[in-house]
Amino acid sequence: MPMLEVKDIYKSYGTCEVLKGISFSMEQHETKVIIGTSGTGKSTLLKCINQLDPPDKGKVWLESEEITNPSTDINKIRQKIGFVFQDFNLFNHLTALKNVSIGLEKVKKIEKEKARERAMNELKRVGLEKQVNQYPAQLSGGQKQRVGIARALAMDPSIILFDEPTSALDPELIGDVLEVMKSLAGKVAMLVVTHEMGFARNVADEIIFMEGGVIVEKGSPKQMFQNPKVERTKQFLGKISTLYGTE
Amino acid sequence: MDSLPKLLDGLSVTFLLTIVAILVGFILGISLSLGRVYGNKAVSAICVGYIEIFRGTPLLVQLFIIYFGLPSIGIALSPLHCALLGLSLNSGAYQAEYLRGSLQAIPSGQMIAARTLGMTKLKSIRNVILPQALRISIPAWSNELIYLFKYTSIASIIQVSELTKEGELIASRNFRYIEIFLIIALIYVVFTFIITEIIDRITKKTSIPGLGVQERVRTRLT
Repeated sequence: MPMLEVKDIYKSYGTCEVLKGISFSMEQHETKVIIGTSGTGKSTLLKCINQLDPPDKGKVWLESEEITNPSTDINKIRQKIGFVFQDFNLFNHLTALKNVSIGLEKVKKIEKEKARERAMNELKRVGLEKQVNQYPAQLSGGQKQRVGIARALAMDPSIILFDEPTSALDPELIGDVLEVMKSLAGKVAMLVVTHEMGFARNVADEIIFMEGGVIVEKGSPKQMFQNPKVERTKQFLGKISTLYGTE
Repeated sequence: MDSLPKLLDGLSVTFLLTIVAILVGFILGISLSLGRVYGNKAVSAICVGYIEIFRGTPLLVQLFIIYFGLPSIGIALSPLHCALLGLSLNSGAYQAEYLRGSLQAIPSGQMIAARTLGMTKLKSIRNVILPQALRISIPAWSNELIYLFKYTSIASIIQVSELTKEGELIASRNFRYIEIFLIIALIYVVFTFIITEIIDRITKKTSIPGLGVQERVRTRLT
């Protein structure tokens, strides 16, 4: 069984059907990028996976455990699913260091000193050793997002879900965040919703193109960029490449 | 001047009423506001009901109901205990509303991020939501403390010998109403000022770097 298996997910908000049968799977340490126009349910899909917004129908397994089963301890499973938000969602009242260590202390029950040490290492890993004692309001957007990534990493997750991690950043600051994400490729599984085509092309093992609540096409970056099977994929990638550039 | 010890006795009762009511009311207020914001429908409705009843009726009426009503169902409390109970229950309702405002001011992403780390709802509230909400509510909460300090004078009506009552007793003997009540007014004003100063310090000390009001003003000026 693959590490993550998503099977036939449906999700509606009122009469608006956002996801109409999404299935895919991921292996350990794989990087997959989900692309598609706004409002096609990409973010909703991520929230369905970690049950922040449970799907109406369909199942999700992580490491052979069925997450969608109501008797599963979701708080335990979520420790294995990191989440990086578009608007960071750092804890405003805590320093960068505390933001990263709080999960270790309060959820994993690791003792304070060890949690601190681990958090320190994760912040070093994302290049923020100088900012450990700063509060979110004192950090730039790019720094905030790197704290967000460190916070997810510290929990030692099997997979990290990225929900448009660079969309709220100044163009200048996007690079630092993407660098950090690139450095994680092959070390932890990543499922990334993004418009960064350069990242998709160079880092992803597979690109998933979603539209209208379904997966239109998926394939390796090479295939998707050079030789997409579906006409709509070609259209979309053509448009987004002129907008964002291919590199 | 020989009435001063009596006034000090009264003042200590006023302090007792204020401190007990603000603390008991605080615990009550946290519970009620959390119940109202995060509880299920039934819990939320009970909390709303409590808050609306206590905010919708005069404190004096509440004290009378406790003072005259409880004995009729077999519970006899001293006037002081009645006042402590009434002020605490009343303050709890007001503090709940101040806190509710702060809880609702915390962006929803904070709770989501906490849950994503694997925290339970309760843990998220304790470690992420409350520490921020309490900070926000300090200014409004300090108003409640100051109001409460002065509202304790209502307890004099049910014969509790707090500051105002002691003043009344003294004045009814020597007929120097103006002098006595001016002194009492002065005492209230001085302690209100002291409370305000203390709260100000606490606000500054607990403010989140980069988010504090002080800092925002400074940035705007430069």
